[in-house]
Amino acid sequence: MLTWMKRLVASGAMALAIGATGVMVTSPAYADEAKKPAVTAPAATPATAEPAPVLCSEKCNKADTVWMMVCTALVLLMTLPGLALFYGGLTRSKNVLSIGMQCFMVFSLITVLWAIYGYSLAFTEGGPFIGGLDRLFLGGMTPDSVAATFSKGVVIPEFVFMAFQGVFATITCCLIIGAFAERAKFSAILIFMILWFTFSYLPIAHMVWFWPGPDDIKDVASLEAITARAGWLWQKGVLDFAGGTVVHINAAVAGLVGSYVIGKRVGYGKEAMKPHNLVYVMTGAALLWFGWFGFNAGSALEANGSAGLAFVNTYLATAAAVLGWSVAEWVLKGKPSMLGAASGCVAGLVAITPAAGFAGPMGSIIIGLIAGVVCLWGVTGLKKMLGSDDSLDVFGVHGVGGITGALLTGVFADPALGGSGIWDYVANAVAPDYSIASQLWIQAQGVITTLIWSGVVSFIAFKLIDMVIGLRVKEEDEREGLDITSHGETAYES
Amino acid sequence: MKLITAIIKPFKLDEVREALSEVGVSGITVTEVKGFGRQKGHTELYRGAEYVVDFLPKVKVEAAVEDGILERAIEAIEKSARTGKIGDGKIFVTSVEHVIRIRTGETGASAL
Repeated sequence: MLTWMKRLVASGAMALAIGATGVMVTSPAYADEAKKPAVTAPAATPATAEPAPVLCSEKCNKADTVWMMVCTALVLLMTLPGLALFYGGLTRSKNVLSIGMQCFMVFSLITVLWAIYGYSLAFTEGGPFIGGLDRLFLGGMTPDSVAATFSKGVVIPEFVFMAFQGVFATITCCLIIGAFAERAKFSAILIFMILWFTFSYLPIAHMVWFWPGPDDIKDVASLEAITARAGWLWQKGVLDFAGGTVVHINAAVAGLVGSYVIGKRVGYGKEAMKPHNLVYVMTGAALLWFGWFGFNAGSALEANGSAGLAFVNTYLATAAAVLGWSVAEWVLKGKPSMLGAASGCVAGLVAITPAAGFAGPMGSIIIGLIAGVVCLWGVTGLKKMLGSDDSLDVFGVHGVGGITGALLTGVFADPALGGSGIWDYVANAVAPDYSIASQLWIQAQGVITTLIWSGVVSFIAFKLIDMVIGLRVKEEDEREGLDITSHGETAYES
Repeated sequence: MKLITAIIKPFKLDEVREALSEVGVSGITVTEVKGFGRQKGHTELYRGAEYVVDFLPKVKVEAAVEDGILERAIEAIEKSARTGKIGDGKIFVTSVEHVIRIRTGETGASAL
């Protein structure tokens, strides 16, 4: 019990300037939050008086604001065109537009849902599993609204924070489509995304990333009070800097379940299903790497040293993973392939995502090397064992890479291994007693929760849709290609 | 009059064209084709999936020639297209019954 309490204090304090995972949100000092009971009275404000609202026009730093807007646009670039090209090149030429269209439409659909109710349910205070409705239709959000960061007294515009988190939700949903590419019905995909986004993405994002922010943490009591208002996995102390669980494991499980429920492509295992354009794949992977600087470094929420560390780790781990995958492929399969290097690039990016602000540079290189090799197994050995037609290896890369990264975050966050450790917001210093074993267990709980939650939600959603409108296109349409049969157009002159 | 149809390695096309010009062949038709012979295909590996590619890219060269230069034309193709490795291709010779130049209506040897 004592250990547990200690863990709670230390891990609740995690995050922070250097470390911090995810996200916090709306500072409790918001004008419209002032009505909530103050947990701890800010020093300058008598407990009986309403705290003065923090105004962006007074508190926001222009560099932070610019940085976060640039990062938001970079994350958009990851999906459009990055992921669309990466996935599109992997399909046969008769299905490349269907991938592009799925990416565009899912991106746009989730963006609108994010503004209507997604942001509010993920990033406002509610229960430990889901947020509230304070920001329904972005209600009450003005240019003067602020969102907390991992540093006390530092805020960013809530509009920017909302948009930054929005592009995360969109790319997560778009990742899923690769698992059932070349055969799923377009309308079924859109309905699935609405259900999965609502019942899996939003709760997991809330559980892992929501906390009220560090500004009111003054002592152990106020830390516990703040932590008690955070998401369930945040309270446990799960470290997920930029979305290993929320984005990658979450999406990968949905994809894997989809590939089982929807079934294999016609001719799978008998006909050649070669990638039709590896130059698209290479270009897409390179754009993902570029955009991922916004994804990971932006997750620091400020233009500071933590962002710098995440930036460097995104740079190093990815290079290490390209080397790891390519050399392993060279040794085991005879030739180092461009597809392998591009896949290794994505595997490394996935694996470093949860660790980006926690691991040190050398730790990130090790994470990258391991991820490159393990994900090669994910798309070969593990794929055979799973026996499903996960067309573009969403689980093999994002699931395996995400789990690898989430667990290794628990190892390489250790200050003894060059990591940033866990920030103690009471002492305003790195907590001195980092334990790899206990943090690994906490990380495992985050992984297992995400696997089960997303798996169950996905299975129910797919089965429901299958019963109502069906999940697959007709066999003859699948043979002819989704570009012409679902969208009425072709990518290339024939 | 004969029609020579040669299946050659794609990178030998320029040499074959030059050699045929030298012996007086006045025109050829070239098509990119795929096929298999004794040269085996190859395997391609995409992540975990291995595909055997049976049909290899080749170039088909067609030239109609007068009987008088047939032997030299065949010899020119043989020499210029040969690498000595498996997969150099084949030469087929067939009889041509009739030739007409569309623009002028000329027939026979003067139509070549």
